[in-house]
Amino acid sequence: MQASTSILTATAIDKIFPGAKALDRVDFSLHKGEVHALLGENGAGKSTLVKCLTGAYRRDGGRIQLDGADVDPQSTLEAQNLGIGTVYQEVNLLPNLTVAENLFLGRQPKRFGFIDSREMNRRAKALLAQYDLDIDVTAGLATYSVAVQQVIAIARAVDLSGKVLILDEPTASLDAHEVAMLFRIVRRLKERGLGIVFITHFLEQVYDISDRITVLRNGKLVGTRATRDLPRRDLIAMMLGRELVQEVAAEHGTKSEGGDVRFRFRNFGRKGHIHPFDLDVRKGEVVGIAGLLGSGRTETAEIMFGAERADSGTVEADGRALDLSSPRSAIREKFGFCPEDRKIDGIIGDLSVRENIALALQARRGWARPISRGEQDRLADDYIKALDIRTSDREKPIKLLSGGNQQKAILARWLATNPDFLILDEPTRGIDVGAHAEIIRLIESLCEKGMSLIVISSELEELVAYSSRVIVLRDRAHVAELVGHQVTTDGIVEAIAASAARTDA
Amino acid sequence: MNPRYLPLIATIAIFLIAYAVCIAQYPNMLSTRVIGNLLTDNAFLGIAAVGMTFVILSGGIDLSIGAVIAFTGVFLAVLLQATSIHPLLAFVLALAITTAFGALMGAIIHHLEMPPFIVTLAGMFLARGMAFVLSIDSIPIKHPFYATLKSAYYKLPGGGRITLIGGLMLLVFALGILIAHRTRFGANVYALGGGAPTARLMGVPIARTTILIYALSGFLAGLSGIVFSLYTSAGYSLATVGVELDAIAAVVIGGTLLTGGSGFIAGTLVGILIQGLIQTYITFDGSLSSWWTKILIGLLLFSFILLQKGLIHVTDRRRRHA
Repeated sequence: MQASTSILTATAIDKIFPGAKALDRVDFSLHKGEVHALLGENGAGKSTLVKCLTGAYRRDGGRIQLDGADVDPQSTLEAQNLGIGTVYQEVNLLPNLTVAENLFLGRQPKRFGFIDSREMNRRAKALLAQYDLDIDVTAGLATYSVAVQQVIAIARAVDLSGKVLILDEPTASLDAHEVAMLFRIVRRLKERGLGIVFITHFLEQVYDISDRITVLRNGKLVGTRATRDLPRRDLIAMMLGRELVQEVAAEHGTKSEGGDVRFRFRNFGRKGHIHPFDLDVRKGEVVGIAGLLGSGRTETAEIMFGAERADSGTVEADGRALDLSSPRSAIREKFGFCPEDRKIDGIIGDLSVRENIALALQARRGWARPISRGEQDRLADDYIKALDIRTSDREKPIKLLSGGNQQKAILARWLATNPDFLILDEPTRGIDVGAHAEIIRLIESLCEKGMSLIVISSELEELVAYSSRVIVLRDRAHVAELVGHQVTTDGIVEAIAASAARTDA
Repeated sequence: MNPRYLPLIATIAIFLIAYAVCIAQYPNMLSTRVIGNLLTDNAFLGIAAVGMTFVILSGGIDLSIGAVIAFTGVFLAVLLQATSIHPLLAFVLALAITTAFGALMGAIIHHLEMPPFIVTLAGMFLARGMAFVLSIDSIPIKHPFYATLKSAYYKLPGGGRITLIGGLMLLVFALGILIAHRTRFGANVYALGGGAPTARLMGVPIARTTILIYALSGFLAGLSGIVFSLYTSAGYSLATVGVELDAIAAVVIGGTLLTGGSGFIAGTLVGILIQGLIQTYITFDGSLSSWWTKILIGLLLFSFILLQKGLIHVTDRRRRHA
């Protein structure tokens, strides 16, 4: 491709958030008339990059060129006027307005100074006809399916901007038929010469529609390839990474196989959430869970902790049936869970480090038996020391700590309850490399103490470093179990790719 | 049928049924006199409720209007008593003050990102306090111009009268409907009620719209105050306590979603008429305590909230099965 066909070029984009570098000199270029897939795991920097391109975030470095001219959009509105339109996964239209009102909000046709509804409805109808959509434009947007709303959002974005269309996970809640409809529209827009950025985590859709693929990982550009030259296996390797973190691998070569089977999950699952699975977890063992985004990793964790109630199957611990119907009962059974998005599910930002640490223990004891202040202080101090939580003092609001230290504080919260079974969902997400190694070391020492752990991670080297077994997930089902010498990054990538190929066929 | 019209249709149906029941019991209620009085007696509430409808449609609330009405009344009475300016000039002054007051509350709500509930609650205390500062007594207004305005009416066949203030309310409703459905400002109000973050992404000028909404509510509260002073020929700082709640009730009974984004100005008029009708019935009956008004309005409010919840539920389900 020649450079002259390039419509949008981003060079060396930097974006720094407090405590983390979200984008590190990322390059990205989009051609006219191409669908360019932007891929990466959660937190890889996809949406940060898109937000920098659309002016939702201010970039900290780098330049953006549109049609060869430098641009610096300060807001999504400005980006839209420049020609960059965005459609999000959550449809960003107003459900309470009619279809026509949504399409023409802020630019309604007027007659004698008043909105000319008839003309507006006529134009809306004509606009949607270009997308083969023949619907009642005077009906409320909420009366239509998400797929139709998505098309309306695209129609509005293209009508307003018309050069670049960014689709941020537009297919996440659509069924196969609706996806096909959406793709027909995307192909037609491509023929009209629009540059289209397509973000998704459905790899088959990437191969279905995209011309080129750019992969980000940990805020860095991994590479840009033509889709037809990039086999699925190589793509997954690019997304998950295979370069072993030498330090971690060398230091933690040995891993416990564990003792006797302690927890038995049998036919455990929930309809529409995760297919029933069987799983045995030994005492003092780390079972890793791998899979791409949306494969059912977090769902597995939630159901084990009772955050989502299982509708089939049983759990036994040492032959005794467990009640995991709610997080409260799971805590009573000595389960612990550090969720994936600690900002939303884990920390309570305005409470102090001490209060955050004492929370789960207090919940298990019941509010009628408060933990005395002295006890809380001792608890907090112990864990701040044991886990090396870096904070000026235990009364500091936890939101002021760095990501790694917040993660350690949440770990401390569950360790304080002295659990038998601990689930960690992405424990190393968004924290710096040094803290990574500490968390991994901590996982191993917990394991040595006889705790059973389930660790979910998209960092394959890490999983390999501490897991004695790895369960591979795909399409919300457990599809493979790797044991012993099979537990390698290559083995995991192979298992994900193999199962992907099988279900695609 | 479009489910969006269902609350409005329900409101109109309730009004018609209620009126039919009233007539069945007291045939005298079927007269243009009753209708004329209904409009006159509720004029100030109706005008204020139009402003409240815009505020609620945008997802906000304005608790200050009762106090602003009282303030306007006292302001006019004091001004006309102490100076010799013409009432029309006094009206312009009062409207300028209340509009600026509303705009200020809107600016605080937007720029300081404060909940409208708190800001307008503070506005309520402030306006009521200012009324007390001006005067704690009820001051009669004896200006001849007031008498002229009060005697202006349009005679209906059957002896009923559309007074100046009753007609003004109808005019305000007509203009309100035009603004809500036929201007970009109106569309932006609905957009804001549908979700401010989304509206911002779609290019709605949030700051200007929010400030304008509360300025409009302040203006209409001021106008309502003028109407109330014409209606009572007096200004009293303890008047119209809780009128904001009557206005909110009329808006909700009129089919507007309390969370914003959906509803009609016309519905509010019917909501006002239902409230007035209940009061008229109690007057006709003569033996019922006036508290029955409150009780019936409470029941109506509750059933409308249930209706709205039910509608949302049904639309959600229909969409999921679409």
